[in-house]
Amino acid sequence: MGKRVAVLDYGMGNLRSVYNALKRVGADPFWMASPEEGGREEYLVIPGVGAFGRGMERLAPFARRIREAAEEGVRLLGVCLGMHVMFEGSEEAGGTRGLGLLGGRVERVPTAERLPHMGWNYVRKVAEAPLLRGLEGGYAYFVHSYHPVPREKGVVVALTDYGTEVCAAVWKDNLFGTQFHPEKSGLFGLRVLKNFLGT
Amino acid sequence: MLCKRIIPCLDCDLAVPMGRVVKGVEFERIRYAGVPWELAAKYYREGADEIVFLDITASRERRETMVHVIERTSEEVFVPLTVGGGIRSVEDARRVFNAGADKIAVNTAALQEPELISRLAETFGSQACVVAIDAKRRRARKGEREKVVVETPEGPIWFECSIYGGKKFTGVDAVRWAMEAEKRGAGEILLTSMDRDGTTEGYDLLLTKVVSEAVGIPVIASGGCGSPEHMYEVFRSTGASAALAASIFHYGKYGIKEVKEYLAGKGIAVRL
Repeated sequence: MGKRVAVLDYGMGNLRSVYNALKRVGADPFWMASPEEGGREEYLVIPGVGAFGRGMERLAPFARRIREAAEEGVRLLGVCLGMHVMFEGSEEAGGTRGLGLLGGRVERVPTAERLPHMGWNYVRKVAEAPLLRGLEGGYAYFVHSYHPVPREKGVVVALTDYGTEVCAAVWKDNLFGTQFHPEKSGLFGLRVLKNFLGT
Repeated sequence: MLCKRIIPCLDCDLAVPMGRVVKGVEFERIRYAGVPWELAAKYYREGADEIVFLDITASRERRETMVHVIERTSEEVFVPLTVGGGIRSVEDARRVFNAGADKIAVNTAALQEPELISRLAETFGSQACVVAIDAKRRRARKGEREKVVVETPEGPIWFECSIYGGKKFTGVDAVRWAMEAEKRGAGEILLTSMDRDGTTEGYDLLLTKVVSEAVGIPVIASGGCGSPEHMYEVFRSTGASAALAASIFHYGKYGIKEVKEYLAGKGIAVRL
């Protein structure tokens, strides 16, 4: 049996592709549609596409559950919006607070290029990190206008260039985040998911 | 730097159990090309950046077949999937998103009811909402004020939107419609030249240029691709973000990797 991975189902974006990609890399994913479900999972994925405010609203019932999991050392992966909500807040929704698992805020990408930043861009590793084990970089699929600006700079482990340096991946202890969608990024993305699982 | 995307398009006839990919010539004659999810998986392995499925049957009873096609494909294919054809409501869209689609493309329903674009964008996000435009060149008459008239060596022309897979014309100007679609929340324009579709004579560069300059959202050039040179041309001389093609890939004339290597050699940023 593969590793049990809870995929948070909070109604933001195409969650099925995350589920399918986890299956493809040998995991045993299951949906977590309410905070009562699951328990004892070692891995938790927060997927998501969309706006920060709406995302946090939908995520609110799970907030405590996610914080507890993070404290217990569950490996947590936030994808795109799912990574944004791990920070303290976002310029996209002034008054809304994030989960605050990571220090810093989410800001609009300060680029002269068109936003949203949508399509394939090159992810380059800037620090050794479990997610990028065995990889120097690779092309990944992005869809976003905002990116995190972590308080501790060392948290950023990969960047991509889009008229400015964009935060592509973060890592701190058991907390992982990608701005790109590993579930939509071909073999590179699948490898990142495998690395998250440590397989 | 953002890569230019190469997108194989699967025109799906869903009147058979697993569906089948077909390709018409100038929206008319039809040839059989394969099973949708198998072709999609093949293109994914060869390096397609995204895959578009268009339901050319688009009648109500075929919907379930498209759901199966997408479900099956999304288990095998890990690049964005776009589904179009016969999507008339938020509910129709939800069905394909739940099956594993990342984007939906609307054409006829959006032209008949532009509000639909806003509703889709609000519900699923602009990034998931593609407006497909099938445009045909028309000779411009004098004093045509509501149209974006473009000069050509053959005289002034404008581009007309068609619906129902090219069977009906609307009188709507394609350039203005693209701008309105953007305003209403569309995240991308899938722009097909009806004059070129199925001809393999190359994209309508003028159409692609005019529309990609008129909007700020990505434009996918479509219709007429017969060789990698055509893709190079459209990236070099227009603002297209992606090039869509069907027949050159379906009948084994060119592989996706081969096309991308050619483009990279010409200095176009592609994912290899």
